[in-house]
Amino acid sequence: MADLILILISTVLVNNFVLVRFLGLCPFMGVSRNLEAAFGMSLATAFVLTLSSSVSYLIHQYLLLPLDLAYLRTISFILVIAACVQLTEIMVRRQSPLLHQVLGIYIPLIATNCAVLGVALLNIQQAENFVESLFYGLGASMGFALVLVLFAGIRGRLDAADVPLPFRGTAIAFVAAGIMSLAFLGFSGMARL
Amino acid sequence: MEFQRLDAPYVAPRDSVPVLMRKVLYALVPAVMAHVWFFGPGLVLNILVAALFCAGGEALMMQLRGRKALPALSDYSALITAVLIAFALPPLTPWWVTATASLFGIVVAKHLFGGIGFNVFNPAMAGYVAVLVAFPVHLNFWIPPSMGDLDYQALNIFQSMTFTLTGTLPDGMTFDAISRATPLDTVKSGLNTMHTFQEIHANPMMGDFGGVGWEWVSNFVAIGGFWLLSQKVIRWHIPVGVLAGMLIPAGIMSFLQAGVHPSPGFYLFSGGVMLGAFFVATDPVTAATSTKGRLVYGLGIGLFIYCIRRWGSYADGVAFSILLMNMAVPAIDYLTKPRIVGHLKHERETA
Repeated sequence: MADLILILISTVLVNNFVLVRFLGLCPFMGVSRNLEAAFGMSLATAFVLTLSSSVSYLIHQYLLLPLDLAYLRTISFILVIAACVQLTEIMVRRQSPLLHQVLGIYIPLIATNCAVLGVALLNIQQAENFVESLFYGLGASMGFALVLVLFAGIRGRLDAADVPLPFRGTAIAFVAAGIMSLAFLGFSGMARL
Repeated sequence: MEFQRLDAPYVAPRDSVPVLMRKVLYALVPAVMAHVWFFGPGLVLNILVAALFCAGGEALMMQLRGRKALPALSDYSALITAVLIAFALPPLTPWWVTATASLFGIVVAKHLFGGIGFNVFNPAMAGYVAVLVAFPVHLNFWIPPSMGDLDYQALNIFQSMTFTLTGTLPDGMTFDAISRATPLDTVKSGLNTMHTFQEIHANPMMGDFGGVGWEWVSNFVAIGGFWLLSQKVIRWHIPVGVLAGMLIPAGIMSFLQAGVHPSPGFYLFSGGVMLGAFFVATDPVTAATSTKGRLVYGLGIGLFIYCIRRWGSYADGVAFSILLMNMAVPAIDYLTKPRIVGHLKHERETA
């Protein structure tokens, strides 16, 4: 139990995938313009991330390693992620057309989120069993959702600010993201995996 | 004859920005005096360097934006940033470290975001954290307090000045001879090497609670803070939130395992927690605005301070915690919107 909590603290705060490992910066910048979109994107990414990281752990452990095919892991994980994203899209469209309308274009975008592949690849080194890999994916997606929603709030405030002309828009968003990343360094050393 | 016409409100505002900022500066005077009494003239030199570069950065940015520099300089907000940066840095800091912190705080964290009133992050803390991450070695030269029963070599004012300007010590003096680990550092490394908190705290440099000298500086910071409270410059929610957020987990943990977890009294009177609670977290621009939001904001800062001090790799977490909660302020404000007068609780969404 303590191990699982440690994995969550480590992936959400100490090794946050966006602000400490700098993965998944494209949706972090692209979908943080308003709060609703950021929230929807976090939910969809959380689902895909958790699913794909645990499935790719199973594939690595029970298919690639026994057959001595570990060199195929990148390409097979890409396949797993694409399948998970497609599955999510089909399921959401069938089960809840309303949610599909809200999330619409964000779902295919998840396939190109480098954090998803990054988590799947790091996961097989860090996690020791299936439950740990599940928590690793869950923590990574919670960390992604946390900073994405907070950042969307900050950007909402920046839109109303008297920012100097050369820094309006994306430029000041990157400056803010940089200071957020500085602040997250405060967590360093709290949980070592 | 023309009558003077006024629009509502008819009561002249009691305080303007410069008046409030001047009061904050007055409230810092006792703390500066206590710091100089215990740790020598280094703080005053830091304040001078930081004030020069903060005011310079402010004037430069106003100039670049084609605005008048004088009104921005005369609201004293850059001076407060300077004093807070100087307090956060060790008394012996080379001038270029202080200058980097000041310029990062004023130019990047304040003026790129639109200047006073628009900055998302506290400029002083952003500047301090930037140099803490960039030049960790130069932020290690903490000197021991000048108390009779501790053997120490103090620098006189000229030697301090030489160090600030050139970064060199007088002949025959080394850093090992004049610098000491701070109480927070001592406790952290002691706990990491399997000593109990009581063993570490038996050291005479630990004083009664938070370390000789440090606890008195904290007391004088608190005196200034109480004066600000009585002047209604700040409200009680944030300082109480910060202190409670740190003391409650510290109390519970040290009650459960007194040897492994430092006492709440030690955490309360050491490091920068008093300064953070009364002077930095209460910055009206970067703090949460609703009453409930202020409490949440303060509690969050206190909890992060405790976690970083106890489990993080940095000795003190005040600056990091304040930046972390600054980040959450838009979300806190959004979630703690007060009820609009005349609306019932469940009508908030439609309001």
